[in-house]
Amino acid sequence: MTAIIRWVVKPLVFVACLVPALRLTAGAVGVAGVSLGADPVAVILHTCGKWTLNFLMIALCMTPLRDATHSVFWLRFRRMFGLFAFFYVLLHFTVYLVLDQAGKLGALWEDIVKRPYITIGMLALCLLIPLAVTSTAKAQRRLGRRWIRLHRLVYVIAILGVWHYWWGVKKDIREPLLYVCGLSLLLGYRLWKKRKSRGASRISVARVARTDAS
Amino acid sequence: MRKTAHELARIIPSDITPYDKYVSRRALLAGGVCLAAVQTLGRWGESFGQSSPAELTYTHNAALSVTDAPNSYKDITTYNNYYEFGTDKSDPAQNSQGFRPQPWKVTVSGEAEVLGSYSLEDILRPHPLEERIYRLRCVEAWSMIVPWVGFPLGDLLKRFKPTSKAKFVEFKTLYDPKQMPGQRARVLEWPYVEGLRIDEAMHPLVIMAVGLYGKAIPNQNGAPLRLIVPWKYGFKGIKAIVGIKFTETAPRTTWAVSAPNEYGFFANVNPAVDHPRWSQASERHIGGGLFDQRRPTLPFNGYGAQVASLYSGMDLRKFF
Repeated sequence: MTAIIRWVVKPLVFVACLVPALRLTAGAVGVAGVSLGADPVAVILHTCGKWTLNFLMIALCMTPLRDATHSVFWLRFRRMFGLFAFFYVLLHFTVYLVLDQAGKLGALWEDIVKRPYITIGMLALCLLIPLAVTSTAKAQRRLGRRWIRLHRLVYVIAILGVWHYWWGVKKDIREPLLYVCGLSLLLGYRLWKKRKSRGASRISVARVARTDAS
Repeated sequence: MRKTAHELARIIPSDITPYDKYVSRRALLAGGVCLAAVQTLGRWGESFGQSSPAELTYTHNAALSVTDAPNSYKDITTYNNYYEFGTDKSDPAQNSQGFRPQPWKVTVSGEAEVLGSYSLEDILRPHPLEERIYRLRCVEAWSMIVPWVGFPLGDLLKRFKPTSKAKFVEFKTLYDPKQMPGQRARVLEWPYVEGLRIDEAMHPLVIMAVGLYGKAIPNQNGAPLRLIVPWKYGFKGIKAIVGIKFTETAPRTTWAVSAPNEYGFFANVNPAVDHPRWSQASERHIGGGLFDQRRPTLPFNGYGAQVASLYSGMDLRKFF
């Protein structure tokens, strides 16, 4: 089973994760009948941004899926989804800097300082870097319990990312609102679980205390 | 004394042209623009909403056109901001195919002597059509070059004899959620309202467009009648107009109502005044492809020499 996951399922998921990037590449060079329309830079920029959020959300789904199915199968894909979020945000940033702003670092800095939605977007990207760097099994072993604490940053990153999207749209907030709902569910589930386990542990502590007393 | 359209429409016997005079007048007109316009109108009405819109007859106004190469017909007709048909740029082209721009009525009201409801043919009949190749700058910091066909708005407004109280003109888009599916969601306050100060409206650069690339204007570009004010951001160019109202106070324009700190009444293209969330200093030119660099945005979209005097003494940071 492990071998099938490793050599068949994982590569398939990997290729599936690349599909949006491949579609954009095909559109950019104009093959396979794919077109990016009248404003290709905007399409690439927005598509990469949205897939960053999608992969963050997908990665955040793995724990609830594990809990619901009592199977650790899902956790095998969490790192891959997290790294794809990082991959798409790097593309998003590169397209913004190189194609939209013509590589002008001065313009980039001005945007970061002047425009709150870009400030929080940049912050989210920067926070994602240490998570990508420490995503290896080796780093995980070395950091031990601190690794878990560090990677809880993903909650903050996802909030900043959705916020960045919300503030960036002109008027129609229906789509950002979907991400707000999805993220609220995913983060709400974790709060609920934490409260439940705390409550459960309190009860068990109380029980132990009572048995001790008797 | 004000006359209603009904009164104007009453025909008295002395108004009826004798047949022989009628014929000679037709002959006189035969080579002229008017006949061409009338002929055009006939075909034009039938052609709206069809895949191949009718060719219009018009003269090219080189003096008021830019010499830059226009964007492709495809770009202009598939990359649209027209929230009545959806908020995606590709939505208007897809969702406007069932829209019926004929028959069409325009209601004229407010501070003018000649009021009433007019058919599209009544609105268009006296106006020879011209082609004007204009820059279009969207508030979202992209731009195009568009060959519109239309006629000066001022010529139309004068027919209604605005009174001295008419300080502004307000325009209204059709409200019909059955035909305009975007109106089923309250993304904006419907119907869409736009407006101009009367001196702006009378400026010769402002046109009512009825055509694009020499053909009847497609639904997704605002058929059958839309406003073009080339020195202002694109959202001032209200589409599918059904109402014209002369007012004493400034109209409550849709975008300014929806986000007053982001969109003003004047909305003159101004590289020095940024949108709160993005820079207006430069623009991405549509059709330039992946590696086309952003171009600097010009004050009044490059029409400063003609229109800057309209705003002399005004603080354009305050009246953005």
